[in-house]
Amino acid sequence: MAAAVLFDAPGPKTVRRHRIYTLVASLSLLAVLAFIALRLQQTGQFAYVKWEPLLTPKYIEALLVDGLLKTLQMAFTSIIFAVVFGVVFGVGKLSEHAWVRWPCWAVVEFFRAVPVLLMMIFFFYEVKVAGGVSNGTTGAYWSVVAALTVYNGAVLAEVFRAGVLAVPRGQAEAAYAIGMRKTQVMSLILLPQAVKIMLPAIISQCVVALKDTSLGYAIGAIGLSTVGRSIYNGFQNQIQTVFVMALLYIVVNYLLTLVATWVQHKLVGQRKPLEVGMVGGPTPDRTLV
Amino acid sequence: MDVVLDNASAVALAFGYTLSLFVVAGVLSGIFGTLLAAMRVGPVAVLSRAAAIYVTLVRNTPLLIVIIFFRFAGPKIGLTWSFVDISIGDLNLNNLYAACVVGLTVYTTAFVCEALRSGVNAVDLGQAEAARAIGLPFSGVMREVVLPQAMRASVPPLASVQIAMLKNTTVCGVLGVLEAFARMKGLTNDYASSRTEIFVAFALIFVVLVEVLSFASARLERRWRVA
Repeated sequence: MAAAVLFDAPGPKTVRRHRIYTLVASLSLLAVLAFIALRLQQTGQFAYVKWEPLLTPKYIEALLVDGLLKTLQMAFTSIIFAVVFGVVFGVGKLSEHAWVRWPCWAVVEFFRAVPVLLMMIFFFYEVKVAGGVSNGTTGAYWSVVAALTVYNGAVLAEVFRAGVLAVPRGQAEAAYAIGMRKTQVMSLILLPQAVKIMLPAIISQCVVALKDTSLGYAIGAIGLSTVGRSIYNGFQNQIQTVFVMALLYIVVNYLLTLVATWVQHKLVGQRKPLEVGMVGGPTPDRTLV
Repeated sequence: MDVVLDNASAVALAFGYTLSLFVVAGVLSGIFGTLLAAMRVGPVAVLSRAAAIYVTLVRNTPLLIVIIFFRFAGPKIGLTWSFVDISIGDLNLNNLYAACVVGLTVYTTAFVCEALRSGVNAVDLGQAEAARAIGLPFSGVMREVVLPQAMRASVPPLASVQIAMLKNTTVCGVLGVLEAFARMKGLTNDYASSRTEIFVAFALIFVVLVEVLSFASARLERRWRVA
């Protein structure tokens, strides 16, 4: 709802009151910021020694190449697998055959409800025992990718299902009427139209995947969080390293969000973005944003 | 299943930690999220801007980084939470626990704010217009017309946020709270050969918890549905 609808254009009295509110709010926000800055200053967090590691080419390279690049790589690998997983199970959930529908439903519900970390550590032990890929970091890398694939795949399965269901019913009916088969209707008519609706949701899911790659920390998978840990453990500059790590994540995720919004405007227009709740069931579609 | 049953009390204690994290952080994030949402939709531009910045920053940071900040970086500037030392039965709520709760709260608050804001957005424009047309002031519009409907509309997104938070409590297990994830890791280390059973048991408990929450929210949603 546009904020302007909630209240009238303020009159002279209200304008004065709002000015006072604004002044008080600004002062208290400034006070909080000043307090934080003072605290940082008092504990010597602005000292150059603390920041030096983060300005040294060697560590910048470690943060960007071993950290950010690996993190992005993990996120995008798992999103690509997750899209495949999501298409298979999302379409499976729409199947007319109960023996396909129910297993797909169970798989999707299971992987949506189990925390990513549990799956990550489980896969990690599995590959460790299986040997093969367990040599050092490869096993950890693929454990993160596998855990993120099944989790995001399950979420995307719901997105695909909702997207296909959002295509007007006449489309499928018309396709059947001209004699198409079920697979043709799905692959030629429904999915191409659904992708348009789903794309913003898929990109938003990339943000979730990217944030969750940080959990590779728990199994020592090389990524931004793990590289950050070794830097702050070495130099005892937790504040500074966490600041830089957070900044990198925020910049990348914010860019992804902008892309998602742009795609939304480009492909879907003013309609509400496709939202798939944790809970399932219909979401209210009557909105005026 | 034997391993899990033999260690039933340890597993129960671990889920006790998980649930206590969930409840404490859930209540706190509910309170702060509501305040933040009020700032976000209110008429004071500075507060609205500040809330928007907070939400953007926190939403784009991984939870792990947020908790690492309070767990490892906080103590460097004197944020130690050492005054927290409560024991409830076997639950020992110390400063590590407090740091994790604060991290979870700071993170979830941003999502609660967005869920509530989407609830306000879901209210039909005509409702607010009609309320203003009959002469209600801003407080009246909000209290009598918009908020009651917004609360109902925000039940599903709020439930989503809190269910995600329940799963997010596992991150605290990485950083020193002995909750479900940490316990599962410990058991897997001790009984490596039954790791699959252990995983399945812990995963199923989480599935049950999530299903209970989503069932409750579906019931609430149905009861409160706007006619």
